[in-house]
Amino acid sequence: MESSDFQAVIGLEVHAQLLTRSKIFCGCSTEFGAPANHHTCPVCLGLPGVLPVLNRQVVELAVRTGLALGCQVRPRSVWSRKNYFYPDLPKGYQITQFDLPLCEHGRLEFDVGGQMRLVRIRRIHMEEDAGKTVHDAAEGESWVDLNRAGVPLIEIVSEPDLASSEEAAEYLKALRDVLVCLGVNDGNLEEGSFRCDANVSVRHREATELGTRVELKNLNSFRFVRQAVDFEVARQVDVILGGGRVVQETRLYDSVKNETRPMRSKEEAHDYRYFPEPDLPPLTLDDAFVEQARKALPELPRARHARFVSQYGLPAADAKFLVADRALADYYEAAAAKAPDARKLASWMQGEFARLLKEQGGTVSNLKVAPAQLAALLSAVDRGEVSGSAAKEVLGEMFRTGEEPAALIARKGLAQVSDAGALEAAVDEVLAKNTGEAEKYRAGKKQILGFFVGQVMKALKGKGNPALINELVRKKLGG
Amino acid sequence: MSTLALEDVRHVAELARLSLSPDEEARTQGQLSAVLDAVEALRQLPTDGVEPTSHAVSAATPLREDTVQPSLDAGRALANAPARGDTHFAVPKVLE
Repeated sequence: MESSDFQAVIGLEVHAQLLTRSKIFCGCSTEFGAPANHHTCPVCLGLPGVLPVLNRQVVELAVRTGLALGCQVRPRSVWSRKNYFYPDLPKGYQITQFDLPLCEHGRLEFDVGGQMRLVRIRRIHMEEDAGKTVHDAAEGESWVDLNRAGVPLIEIVSEPDLASSEEAAEYLKALRDVLVCLGVNDGNLEEGSFRCDANVSVRHREATELGTRVELKNLNSFRFVRQAVDFEVARQVDVILGGGRVVQETRLYDSVKNETRPMRSKEEAHDYRYFPEPDLPPLTLDDAFVEQARKALPELPRARHARFVSQYGLPAADAKFLVADRALADYYEAAAAKAPDARKLASWMQGEFARLLKEQGGTVSNLKVAPAQLAALLSAVDRGEVSGSAAKEVLGEMFRTGEEPAALIARKGLAQVSDAGALEAAVDEVLAKNTGEAEKYRAGKKQILGFFVGQVMKALKGKGNPALINELVRKKLGG
Repeated sequence: MSTLALEDVRHVAELARLSLSPDEEARTQGQLSAVLDAVEALRQLPTDGVEPTSHAVSAATPLREDTVQPSLDAGRALANAPARGDTHFAVPKVLE
């Protein structure tokens, strides 16, 4: 046996915070960044005598996710208590779903190196988040902030269908894109609103049963997912080749040392004693609720990418850039309906437009430039009314003022000179001043054509139509 | 008459963070065993064809709209805390 005889078997569990205004079972705000314990109430503090009341929006967002991932949505799902003690869990149990989750049997398609991969989704269930514990604030103490306690989550569990760290990372990215597109999650790994645990095992290529799995935690970037899985797969293979056995355990990824190590806390072997939550009746959904959610589903990133390539003739990279942000893709489509060239529009939006957008905070939602105005600017370039470089200046001004491109071009004197008489006069003048260079050109030094064009452009203060100048100079110099 | 093993009693006590004296362990063993017997008696009933029930009432799921309500003042939220750090609950150091 050698290490190449083994293959990795990976399944991912993603916890995604749902984009609601209030918590799952009470009216406290979910806003990030408030001072500690300022978003708490008797319900999320776990005080005696309170009852949870389910937030409708949580159900809608969870159902939307399930439908987008091709799941079956259970008409009747049940809440359970998951019992364990930790200071960030004030009730001593987490309200979650266990044996009868909201959604099951889904799938996600994504690409790895140009190849389509399909991963099965085992289940999606709703649950409440725990609070946050700070361990380094004071000697001998841990500090608990319960603002996050009761924030709604969905947990999305994949089947162990992933065979490499790269596949795992690509699956995660694709899943995040879908959730962001659906408006159910903000996709932020760093702030912890999109969190991932990985179940990793290895098996010999000829073996039929799965190996012992290890759960990896603390994977808060796509890079860490890849590194942690790579480390863990190599570690497990080493253990087996060294004659040992992989132990079922939970390991933490340390990104500084790039290694995984066992968690020290003695968890009671996952003895959570789940039982049905007596304070919440089962959630029953009628067909109308589910059908309404199905009708409201947007086109998903992967389908939209394929359509952008076929409908607008975009290179895959351009389509990927646009589709990554649903609002940006919407903006593109609105502009493309009026622009002279959808491909040029796409490259403009990746270039100058993206640069200006970043300066303004990165979202098109409160942009002063309407899609039709961007299209009008590109039409002006297409008709030769303004040069490409001057158009960049115009666009910058449009971002600041929201003015119409035609008015801006006139006001700033940026109109391109395409008038034949004016161009010819400028060309004649340059040729007359540079008779020596003209002789060299005629004698065969064709590469100095650019010199003449440059001189004419300079004489016209950069506003000459370069294509026409090129043609004129060539003609005047006899080809 | 079933008897819950003493080690199971200790395990359950550990999970519930209860520290029981040997007397209490013995008493709890008897009480929990009686509970199991009661459940065992229910199992005598024929329940083929009866759908499992998780709740005694079949009320429709009450849902609330996603609107933010005022939270407690942090001072009140922390009023019962034995120890605080700023506006945090302070607890004995947790490893990890």
